[in-house]
Amino acid sequence: MSQAEAAVGVAPVRATPTDVVGLGRLRAGGFITPALILIGVFLVFPGVWTLYIGATNFRLTGVAARQPDFVGLENYRRALTDDTFYHSLWLTLLFVFGSAVIGQNGLGFTLAWALRDARAWVKRTIEALVLLAWILPSSVVAFLWIAMLDRDAGTVNALLGRTPGVAWLIEYPMLGIIVFNIWRGTAFSMMLYSAALSSVPPSHLETARLAGATGAQTLRDVVFPHIRRYALTNTLLITLWTFNDFSPFLITAGGPGRDSEIVAVYIYNTAIIGGEMGYSGAISLIVLLMNLLLALVYLRAARTRRRSA
Amino acid sequence: MIPTVVRRIMFYVLVGFGTAFFALPVLWLLSAPFDDTPTYAVRPPREFTLANFQAILDNRYAVGSLVNSTILSLGTMVLVVVSAALAAYALSRAQVPGRDALIYLLLLLSSVVTGTAAMVPIFLLIFELGLIDSHFGVVLVLSGGLLPAAIFLLKDFIDTIPRSYEESARVFGASPLQILRQIVVPVARPGLATIAVWTVVQVWGSFLTPFILLRNQDKQPAAVLVRTFYTEGGSPNLGLIAAFSLIYSIPVVLMYLLAWSRYGFRFHGGIKS
Repeated sequence: MSQAEAAVGVAPVRATPTDVVGLGRLRAGGFITPALILIGVFLVFPGVWTLYIGATNFRLTGVAARQPDFVGLENYRRALTDDTFYHSLWLTLLFVFGSAVIGQNGLGFTLAWALRDARAWVKRTIEALVLLAWILPSSVVAFLWIAMLDRDAGTVNALLGRTPGVAWLIEYPMLGIIVFNIWRGTAFSMMLYSAALSSVPPSHLETARLAGATGAQTLRDVVFPHIRRYALTNTLLITLWTFNDFSPFLITAGGPGRDSEIVAVYIYNTAIIGGEMGYSGAISLIVLLMNLLLALVYLRAARTRRRSA
Repeated sequence: MIPTVVRRIMFYVLVGFGTAFFALPVLWLLSAPFDDTPTYAVRPPREFTLANFQAILDNRYAVGSLVNSTILSLGTMVLVVVSAALAAYALSRAQVPGRDALIYLLLLLSSVVTGTAAMVPIFLLIFELGLIDSHFGVVLVLSGGLLPAAIFLLKDFIDTIPRSYEESARVFGASPLQILRQIVVPVARPGLATIAVWTVVQVWGSFLTPFILLRNQDKQPAAVLVRTFYTEGGSPNLGLIAAFSLIYSIPVVLMYLLAWSRYGFRFHGGIKS
């Protein structure tokens, strides 16, 4: 939802908390309470409740809806022997790796690098376009890509000169959602890398140029050491977001068949469509734990970056 | 070393590809709404028309869904801004034990308990509370998710406001609530406005939460409803979808432009999920 404020490093301002307004503990507590109740009931509780739901045979309809039974680790046993779950995990891995780790990271860096000393209007125009892709609502973006990838009139087929065209979303649904997510999400990496690149001292670049280093050598030996930590935190963040992204559903709804059923869509299909709350609760807990792992690694990396900065 | 000419050519090829990749899909959104026979193709309108916008007015749910999006956005915005401002103010000014740890923990939670990971418990919770098909339920769920970041950003902002104003007001006998209303809120207005815009943008585009919690088409916001625009023949109603998507996208683009021109591009403030 709203995670990423920490992207540039959360540095708590250590102002000395003196109670200048005379709030007092009681009133201060009263001020914090509404927010804490909302967060507690609609964020913390659902997270914890998942533990319990995943250990029951809760269903939306039927007997188990009224009186769910405690089934212990049964749901986890089932998940770990379920081929469709492994299939969706594999697709998620492909999606995250292709669209975030390689796609957004690579394109974001390439754009930031290519535009670092481009003329101002070129830079501004391209940045504005990339940002526009980012701020448009995902329901709209999804439809724009359905149009681009359409078999008969889609622009991609027109550019490739294919008539009759390829039905991309039916024949290569994973490729479709990967390209969609690269288009929509590259802005973050581009902005982050262009901030990171400005931290590379120009004198180092100049020295490399005078020493006759090639572009690849300069990138490897001069630029990369400076931006390594940014690259790490950026990759962790976009991995976390992409892993939790539900919007591929808007393009393929997991189909055709289960060919693009990433974990987010798998949970939706088993829980809301299939009504198997217990089983999908168990899957959700697996997702929560992966998120927790990614977030903790991120916090650790962000802290080291701040210390070394 | 690669000759300069080759480098220039590589640069222009790259820039060209980048521009085309990012611009082409958007061109459809700009031309198809005005086309009297829109297709999936990106092309200038064959015959310019505004009939597709008329179709929005004629659709039973379309205008209502924009109203629903507005209700959800403004409702969440009020709840988030008020409760985050109170909490951030107290956290900034009073001695709260374990304050920094608390804020970190909340931020961590909001990035771990995402819409995808929590869709099952949230659906069940709202179901048990009898709030399925209620805007209030969606507002509560979205607020819970957005609050940690809002508190974090606002506390950072309030920390930069000098305490001397509040001190002098106190000397003159103002009560804490008076100080908050008459001194802190006016000074903190840019910060509050940023959080307000940020919340509206987040909610305006959010799909998953309203999608699972609102089943009744009369209640659905634009993000959810746009998927249901089909012609009687069962194929997507392209004219309606295009015009509706354009109308639905304009507010967020405007709000970004406004925020951008007033405050510059704030890296952390501009992040959307």
